[in-house]
Amino acid sequence: MEPLTDEQSRELAYKANQIRETIIEMLVAAGSGHTAGPLGMADIFTALYFHVLVHDPKSPDSPQRDRLVLSNGHIVPVRYAAMAHAGYFPVEECLTLRKFGSRLQGHPERIRLPGLETTSGPLGSGLSQAAGMAYAARMDNSKARIYCAMSDGEHDCGNTWEAIMWAGANKLSNLTGIIDRNNIQIDGYTEQIMPLEPLHEKYESFGWHVLEVDGHNIPQFVAACNEAKAIAEKPTIIIAHTIPGKGIKEIEGDYRWHGKAPLPEEGKVFLNELRTLGGKIQSEHQ
Amino acid sequence: MKLRDDLFEAKEQKPTRDGFGVGLVEAATADPRIVALCADLTESTRMEEFKKKFPERFVEVGVAEQNLAALASGFAAFGKIPFITSYATFSPGRNNEQIRTTISINEVPVKIVGSHAGVSVGPDGATHQALEDIALMRVQPNMTVVSPCDAEEARKATLAIAKTNSPTYIRLGREKTPMMTTAETPFEFGKANVVWKSDAPQVAIFATGPLLFNALCAARDLEGQGIQTTVVNVHTVKPLDEETIVREAKNAGAVVTVEEHQIAGGLGSAIAELLAQKASCPIEFIGVHDRFGQSGTPMELIKEYGLDAIAIGEAAKKAVSRK
Repeated sequence: MEPLTDEQSRELAYKANQIRETIIEMLVAAGSGHTAGPLGMADIFTALYFHVLVHDPKSPDSPQRDRLVLSNGHIVPVRYAAMAHAGYFPVEECLTLRKFGSRLQGHPERIRLPGLETTSGPLGSGLSQAAGMAYAARMDNSKARIYCAMSDGEHDCGNTWEAIMWAGANKLSNLTGIIDRNNIQIDGYTEQIMPLEPLHEKYESFGWHVLEVDGHNIPQFVAACNEAKAIAEKPTIIIAHTIPGKGIKEIEGDYRWHGKAPLPEEGKVFLNELRTLGGKIQSEHQ
Repeated sequence: MKLRDDLFEAKEQKPTRDGFGVGLVEAATADPRIVALCADLTESTRMEEFKKKFPERFVEVGVAEQNLAALASGFAAFGKIPFITSYATFSPGRNNEQIRTTISINEVPVKIVGSHAGVSVGPDGATHQALEDIALMRVQPNMTVVSPCDAEEARKATLAIAKTNSPTYIRLGREKTPMMTTAETPFEFGKANVVWKSDAPQVAIFATGPLLFNALCAARDLEGQGIQTTVVNVHTVKPLDEETIVREAKNAGAVVTVEEHQIAGGLGSAIAELLAQKASCPIEFIGVHDRFGQSGTPMELIKEYGLDAIAIGEAAKKAVSRK
């Protein structure tokens, strides 16, 4: 994986904006779901699906693929949107989110949609699963890398720390964790509900290589993923500082948008805002 | 059904967990996909031999049962067949949600091995005597449940579940219990075995786990008192062998269920759910009646909780009298 050229960076930023639009469209259609988290992770999921991951949407079960485990399943709209834009399924199918008979369940289910690596929603067990995959990959001399996207809030869970301890002890250098450090959880701001800091030092003391990035700076995130590949004998955690709701001013930083979807009228305003932004990115691009 | 000739002398006794340990090594020899994960109980869950023979496939997790279950899901997603062991109160007790989300909904072939089931754990007391584990596991869709009657059957059950693609819970005991089956006794996953047959049975006794021995002793005693019985070894609690259970219940017209487990949610409940729909008849339940266990010798506790052959005999008479 090469560092990004300026042109690639611009293309990815444009793609991230399209994915944000799809997120708003699908949440409005669903009438329920989480808004802030998916928007906040749009840049990272764009980078993952369009640059970082070794994957083939036409062959989602390929043994050689990198695995991306989504631990905090409630932000799955961003994954569905990124997968659709990457070619796993038609973008229109995103509008079936949370509806009866849809493959796009409210929280992701592995056996319903090819390309999802697991089922998640209940917090705190994704990193364990990713660590299990990473250990198994090492047993098999597989070159596949295992990525695990997590929330900051799920670091309240004991299971998360069991996995951090185990992955560190087993020196799983093929494992990269990504924390959506947006500082919000359902009841409020993380440092008020259950302080997580100093998160960086905690991971280090558990035997991890720790990187911190601006989660909306795609080149920085890609560089961190590259650095993780070069680290031997340790798993890497990327603490990605993000703004929940990024891209839509009314939502940014407001924890009350954690678990609700925009109303249709709000959706129109938000899409207009994104499209204006998209236009800006495009005109700069041209 | 071929059982040991010297069955009632109970000359040879072994814990079912021993049979699991032997079966695991056999299964792993045949299938390189098998890995074993343990939560700091390698010796007492009988993974020692596996660890010696296949150190590269043995994974120590430490005292972290939630991690144990979710790690195993990850191993299975990568093509392995993980056996995970702990005490049943901890796994599937403590990690129930991880099993539900990451193993059962995902439908991956993780084999959950819960040792130290039942009050016969003895002196350790209530905290370590699993009496709810069958209930916890059989209510999860996709999950299958096996509860072998002796060490030989535990060996065969381990080999059988290693070959299925479904998530499975296997329930084991700590204490030495009588060997009833032999290498020749058939074992088919999902198929209950009639182990005591009479010409005109008045009551069918369905037992699971090592208490099958007490059920057989009760059947022998009842025969002496002129009451004919059928005894069925229901080693697979889920999926239930509906055909055999309905047939034997209809044939006898009265039923006793026997398990070292709460009567709520275990084998008795499963059989009652089935027979209420397909062959309604009087049913008596031998099991623990909404109490926790306690310290004591296994023998004292089996008697205290009404799980011995005398209690089974009384339950059989009561079931017959209710016809």
